[in-house]
Amino acid sequence: MKRFEEKHPLAIRWFHWINLPVLTMMIWSGLMIYWANDVYRVGWGDTTVLKFFPQSFYEALNLPYRLAYGMALHFFFMWLFAINGVLYVLYTVFSGEWRYLVPNRRSFSEAIQVLLHDLRLRRTHLPRRKFNGAQQIAYTAVILMGAGSLLTGIAIYKPTQFAWLCTLLGGYQAARFEHFWLTIGYVLFIIVHVIQVFRAGWNNFRAMITGFEVVPMEETGHEHR
Amino acid sequence: MNTGEDHPSRGSTESRGAAEPRAEVERIIRSRTRRSFLVAGVVAAAGVAGWRWLVTRREDQGIPWPLRRVLETNEQWARDYFDASRLAPTFPVALAAEPRPNGGIGLEDELDSGTWRLQVTGLAESPDPLSFSIDEIRSLPRFEMTTELQCIEGWSQIVHWAGVRFQDLAIRCGPATVSGEPPDVRARPDDLVPYASVETPDGEYYVGLDMTSALHPQTMLCYEMNGQPLSSIHGAPLRLVIPVKYGIKSIKRIGTIRFTHHRPLDYWAERGYDWYAGL
Repeated sequence: MKRFEEKHPLAIRWFHWINLPVLTMMIWSGLMIYWANDVYRVGWGDTTVLKFFPQSFYEALNLPYRLAYGMALHFFFMWLFAINGVLYVLYTVFSGEWRYLVPNRRSFSEAIQVLLHDLRLRRTHLPRRKFNGAQQIAYTAVILMGAGSLLTGIAIYKPTQFAWLCTLLGGYQAARFEHFWLTIGYVLFIIVHVIQVFRAGWNNFRAMITGFEVVPMEETGHEHR
Repeated sequence: MNTGEDHPSRGSTESRGAAEPRAEVERIIRSRTRRSFLVAGVVAAAGVAGWRWLVTRREDQGIPWPLRRVLETNEQWARDYFDASRLAPTFPVALAAEPRPNGGIGLEDELDSGTWRLQVTGLAESPDPLSFSIDEIRSLPRFEMTTELQCIEGWSQIVHWAGVRFQDLAIRCGPATVSGEPPDVRARPDDLVPYASVETPDGEYYVGLDMTSALHPQTMLCYEMNGQPLSSIHGAPLRLVIPVKYGIKSIKRIGTIRFTHHRPLDYWAERGYDWYAGL
């Protein structure tokens, strides 16, 4: 016997799926801009562990080496990214959805349990809730990162008109550095997110399209993503 | 707060199934899934079509025209927000160093500094250009600042600059006005013609400036960099330094300045960049 329950409100599904191509375009055009001065790396002194980015990376992506085009795209999609993000936050606040998303006192210890479970180091069942502690932390963190991208973005977009912000963020080059690493953060988030969606399976994925999730009547432990 | 049982709509009427026959639940699941995926497919196709439309539009100065319109709209908002009292941060002179000498366009010819003169046209009082030798420029009030040169490529360098404010040259020359009244750069800057065009002597490199940015108190005509006379690769004998714009606007080896009613051509704007390029 099956039943189904409503999981993701329609508005959140729209925000989520609009964000996918918009953030993709922001990262893609951002890469075209970053390429013109691709100075960041992981390393110390003369030792470079990882250069951002090796020539082979640009070639593999078939990056058009066009700074002007990248900037024009970036300064178009930035509006969509910002508006969609602000509307999402407003929606979660006024609809009460934030209660499922914002971490609470137990989220952090629960996140450790989830991590151990997902790494197969622990066989306990996960909490039966819309979002577990690890999800609450991840989904809230990525929104804070979005706010960080907007602020560091404004600082490098108009460093004179918003000189106070640019200075607050440590200066022009510091703001550019922060803007870059936030983007690397998104990419890491997206990789983990997609892996987890695959692991959670069809029912969970379908919920982000249809809004509902099928729940077996006698189920006791269940993973939500 | 969360008790594990506060799932949205759990146990409500939306939590159908318990009271309905199994076949009916299966039917609802199938039908809602089909409908949602159909909508998702249509939306995704519309997104792809929109993207393809965007990137295949006729080019307007190096980029698809809708992107050019967006840059121009961004410019309008930036100009509304612009305030000449907001200054670019200044730094201790000790942090200054030589910037990369990017951009040699317009500097190819040998310059005869003995015969070089700055030509200024588009004036209120006279149809003829005013012309200045470098010594005449140096006799205008000296202005120094240590600001960060921000290249559109993404690097930046703190540099100490010395020269004269663009504003002071404008006061000395008297740009043409919209009303036809005599110009008053300080009291009625809005009556001045709205643009300035600045070119190298050979006309190979040229930038367009909105008058508001040109008259910003940190916009200057520079003849000394980091305490030394400007070198040839950095734009001797006179270059522009405009911290409210990307470095592409800080044109080297200025030949002419023209005040104008019309939005001037701009070398990099013709190659896909934002005409305004304001910071």
